[in-house]
Amino acid sequence: MTIKKLLIANRGEIASRIIKSAHQMGISTVAIYTDPDANSPYVREAKEAFKLDSSYLDAKTIIEIATTANVDAIHPGYGFLSENSNFANLVSKSNIKWVGPSANAIKKMGDKLTAKKLSEKANVPTLPMTSDPKEAKKIGYPLLIKAAAGGGGKGMRIVKSQKDLKESIASAQREAEGGFGDKRVFIERYIAKSRHIEIQILGDSYGNIVHLGERECSIQRRHQKVVEESPSPVVDEELRNEMGAAAIKIASLLKYESAGTVEFLFDETTKEFWFLEVNTRLQVEHPVTEEVTGIDLVREQLKIANGEPLDFSQEDIEWFGSSIEVRLYSEDPGNNFLPVTGKLIAFEPTEDPLVRWDTGVETGSEITPNFDPMLAKIISYGETRVEAANKLALALENSHFGGLKTNRDYLISILRSDEFLKGDTTTDFLEKAKIKDEIKLNEEEIYFLAIAASMWIQGKNRYESEVLSNLSSGWNNARLPMQEIKLQFDDKPLTVKYKNNREEIFTTDKNNSVKINSWDKNFIDVEIDNTRIRSKVTFDNELLLIQSKCGDVLFKILPKFETVKKVAIEGGLNAPMPGKVVEIKIKKGAKIKKGDTLIILEAMKMEHKVLAPSDGKVKEILIHKDEQVENGATLVVLD
Amino acid sequence: MPKLESQPFESKLDTSSEQFNKNKTSMLSMLEEIDVLLDEAELGGGEHHKERLAKRGKLPVRERVFHFLDPDSPFLEISGLAAYKSDYPVGGGAIAGIGVSSGIECIIFANDPTVLAGAMHFYSVKKWMRAMQIARDSRLPFIQFVESAGGDLRPRSNAVVGGTTHFAESGRQFYEITELSKLNIPTVTVTFGTATAGGAYQPGMSDYNIFVKDQADVALAGPPLVQMATGEISSREDIGGAKMHAEKSGLAEYLADNDLDGIRIAREVMSHLNWEKEGTKPRFSIEKPLHNQDDLLGLIEPSLKTPFDIREIIGRIADGSKFEEFKPLFGPTIICGFISIHGYPVGVLGNNGMLFPNASQKAAHFIQLCNKRNLPLVFLQNITGFMVGKDYEQDGSIKKGAQMLNAVSNSEVPHLTVIVGNSYGAGTYAMSGREFGNSFTFLWPTAKIAVMGGEVIAGVMSIVRRGQAARKGIKFDEKEDAEIVKNQQIGHDKASVALKATSVLSDDGIIDPRDTRDVLGICLSVVNNKKIKGSKGFGVFRL
Repeated sequence: MTIKKLLIANRGEIASRIIKSAHQMGISTVAIYTDPDANSPYVREAKEAFKLDSSYLDAKTIIEIATTANVDAIHPGYGFLSENSNFANLVSKSNIKWVGPSANAIKKMGDKLTAKKLSEKANVPTLPMTSDPKEAKKIGYPLLIKAAAGGGGKGMRIVKSQKDLKESIASAQREAEGGFGDKRVFIERYIAKSRHIEIQILGDSYGNIVHLGERECSIQRRHQKVVEESPSPVVDEELRNEMGAAAIKIASLLKYESAGTVEFLFDETTKEFWFLEVNTRLQVEHPVTEEVTGIDLVREQLKIANGEPLDFSQEDIEWFGSSIEVRLYSEDPGNNFLPVTGKLIAFEPTEDPLVRWDTGVETGSEITPNFDPMLAKIISYGETRVEAANKLALALENSHFGGLKTNRDYLISILRSDEFLKGDTTTDFLEKAKIKDEIKLNEEEIYFLAIAASMWIQGKNRYESEVLSNLSSGWNNARLPMQEIKLQFDDKPLTVKYKNNREEIFTTDKNNSVKINSWDKNFIDVEIDNTRIRSKVTFDNELLLIQSKCGDVLFKILPKFETVKKVAIEGGLNAPMPGKVVEIKIKKGAKIKKGDTLIILEAMKMEHKVLAPSDGKVKEILIHKDEQVENGATLVVLD
Repeated sequence: MPKLESQPFESKLDTSSEQFNKNKTSMLSMLEEIDVLLDEAELGGGEHHKERLAKRGKLPVRERVFHFLDPDSPFLEISGLAAYKSDYPVGGGAIAGIGVSSGIECIIFANDPTVLAGAMHFYSVKKWMRAMQIARDSRLPFIQFVESAGGDLRPRSNAVVGGTTHFAESGRQFYEITELSKLNIPTVTVTFGTATAGGAYQPGMSDYNIFVKDQADVALAGPPLVQMATGEISSREDIGGAKMHAEKSGLAEYLADNDLDGIRIAREVMSHLNWEKEGTKPRFSIEKPLHNQDDLLGLIEPSLKTPFDIREIIGRIADGSKFEEFKPLFGPTIICGFISIHGYPVGVLGNNGMLFPNASQKAAHFIQLCNKRNLPLVFLQNITGFMVGKDYEQDGSIKKGAQMLNAVSNSEVPHLTVIVGNSYGAGTYAMSGREFGNSFTFLWPTAKIAVMGGEVIAGVMSIVRRGQAARKGIKFDEKEDAEIVKNQQIGHDKASVALKATSVLSDDGIIDPRDTRDVLGICLSVVNNKKIKGSKGFGVFRL
């Protein structure tokens, strides 16, 4: 039975990624989604889609869907159920092909302690470790606490001295239990100036195992990878062969099938490397390997799952150039990298330079707190590492996206830093390199962008006008004030005033001369004095996103008219009409029931009762007997 | 979109000639003078008054108008230089103009509180009446920004109340407001300040009233008059406060927090008017003219003695300069033809000399045709009158001239008149002058409007004097007569210039020649608020 139809038990960019390769192979696809993903691109891209009422972790229902949809195979992507051996088992038992390593391999490698033992069996060095806190001293400080069932940095703690050990173990255990339902932790030697280097492997069901070289993912923030690349600037051919051989040895002991990753820690000073763990799934950062080897890993996974042998051997594999991947997040680097939710009002990756965008979002996507805030992985390829880095930075600068805060500037700052370009990327990179959270434009640059934004708004006003729309902008034969657009940038107001003249040149209140070369619904091309600004523009409600020379700038358009806000007192009960207070039937602090008469007002010789809107307590009485009150005046405040 | 099939007009204007450049220099200096006057008009009652307004949190009148308009939309001010060289500051203490608010074309009339506290006089009342006439003629919603001390009662004012010579003649303004309402033309009033006595009927007769809190003061009689009349002592707020009117009298529909809020509410009101233009949208695609608008500056010699081809103007206001001339070989002193301006098809008439009998007949014919086709008419005046003399009288100069006057008078399509040069005598009427019921009249700075040219009138008077002397047998003093002729001519010419005419609001304002096409474009869109229907009948044509 060959795979004709594939269910992807995942979401977002990786689902899109898998669908792409599957469709290239003529394999039909089935997506699953939960409510927040109903409008996600991957759901449309898949040939069929099914809604999941529970979650992406609901193995049973997913298999039911797979059975109903009559799929031949399930690809788990990464995260969620990808390294859940029970799920892998369940899939196989349901007579559906599992695109991944065997349940046994997953189970074994899911336990870091077992993995270490396997490594020792393969004669691959591992870091000194122990499960016994009493032996911590033997390993020496600083040391690292890791969760046995861990991943993604959860349950990981660096301990610098003995006195912190107990507390750190306890907190790591709590985190491990919460994250994986397994509180086992162990202690490992910590290498401060190290690099995280991993080897991509591929194995088929005939015992053929090859490695596709290394990826370096040393640049991490809180154990989360930020930048990944292949090849590593410190791995030469000899080391690659050595590490590759070690990875293959371990994989062979597991009879590894499908794609996997063997992670190592590399000490730059001693050139030693130690086995860390095996990731029994497709990695987030797999594209850099694809870029330098030309091998589509998802395609290979599907072929392997289909029972086909690898059609290349280790000798056939060649590496070209350099590839770098960055992870674009909706997060606020200026606020401790906290995830940011909201609407992505624009998402237009540039085609100049052309780089690879693996993404699960699009213009208009709502970024919710339900999932990981990763917007895209952006992958560049260059003949050299520096070219790949520059190209990636330029692509980030040239793209038009935003509406919510992202780590774009932060990524550009990494890629353009001397340390990165030199290849000085040990795991402490982000601590020692001076990476800017934000690339700041100077005041004039911001003002010029505000002018360009104003000219765009002006063009929109003219475009949308239905009468006298062919007259030139702001035509008049009178003395009138300049046109005025009030913007807000970074919480600061910024006003642009301008007027048009006979030659269709605009003049600002600061005497800039502005010529519009072209305008359309998503673009403005202006000359401001001698500066040319050509920017994509997105307008969404009160937000205006405009491209600058380094990324986009978000302006808030302030309303022309501000309605005076009537300050409402919380819990305040207001007079329904003007009138005289004839009776106050309550006292401060009194308990009241919904419908109780609180106040009696007299107006036009008629008595009007003011009733309690709900049960509660009288917090404050603001009026006195015989007082004349205005319509809307607050009478009492309720608790 | 369909397009006119006609060919573009080929210009023969030599823009490098000495004459052209002399003309242009002269025109630019006239425009400069106008610019200075517009600056003066903007000042209104003076800077210190604006500062006083600002202290009370109030906006100057031009800012009120500006904020009411849609951003970046056009605004055509009417008679901006009214009251030029009068007892009142130039501008006349009020602004009138056509603009777009909440997507609707409308006409705004606004008192300038910095000029005599907005008190009404001959010029401001005439401007106000003109604004309402435009509202009525073109079916435009009428918006008033009221802040007026009432009628200018000072003895030095050259009129009694509201610009009339006797009180019995006054008050038509209030009648007009309610007439507009009856005609389903919305009347929206924002009262920013005082509106007492007669002024109280400005909001009083409106469809929608927005009063600005703590500022609007609307009462038939203020506290002093009330005390005089009834002995009652009262406060301004009791008698005419905005809040009182919103809560008690019900005169105000909307209570605004401040000037800007009042304008915001007025825009809300505009947006709900459910306004539909009855006329058409531009029919043709809008192409810029092939010839430069700037050339219009050098076309006319300021003394108006050198003839020029009126088609040079037509070729610069028409879309793509396309001009289909009607009967070019017949009665060639009047040019008739079909063009489109900002996409609106129109018939255009222009003068290339005196009105000869044939020319009058041709015009009468053309005007009737345009009425059949429901085409608005554009009149470009440079006319010294009907040709006189024995041959022409015998050829029926009056009879054929009367055919043209009959056609112009009874034509019911909108007439847009631009006086670019001479506008004399019956020629003024025949080419649809203000009193012949046109929709708009605009002047170029070079316009001269009078019963006849200064030279002619002075010469005629001289001939009369010579005859009298001969009859009485008195020796005719040639030297003295030459002096009288010279002075008379100068005096007459001075009185006929554009600025004098526009001062008394005999027109809708002086425009920059380069704006002619745009001004006409705006007017054509404006007149299309009402369904354009040509006349079904004319007076008896004397054939």
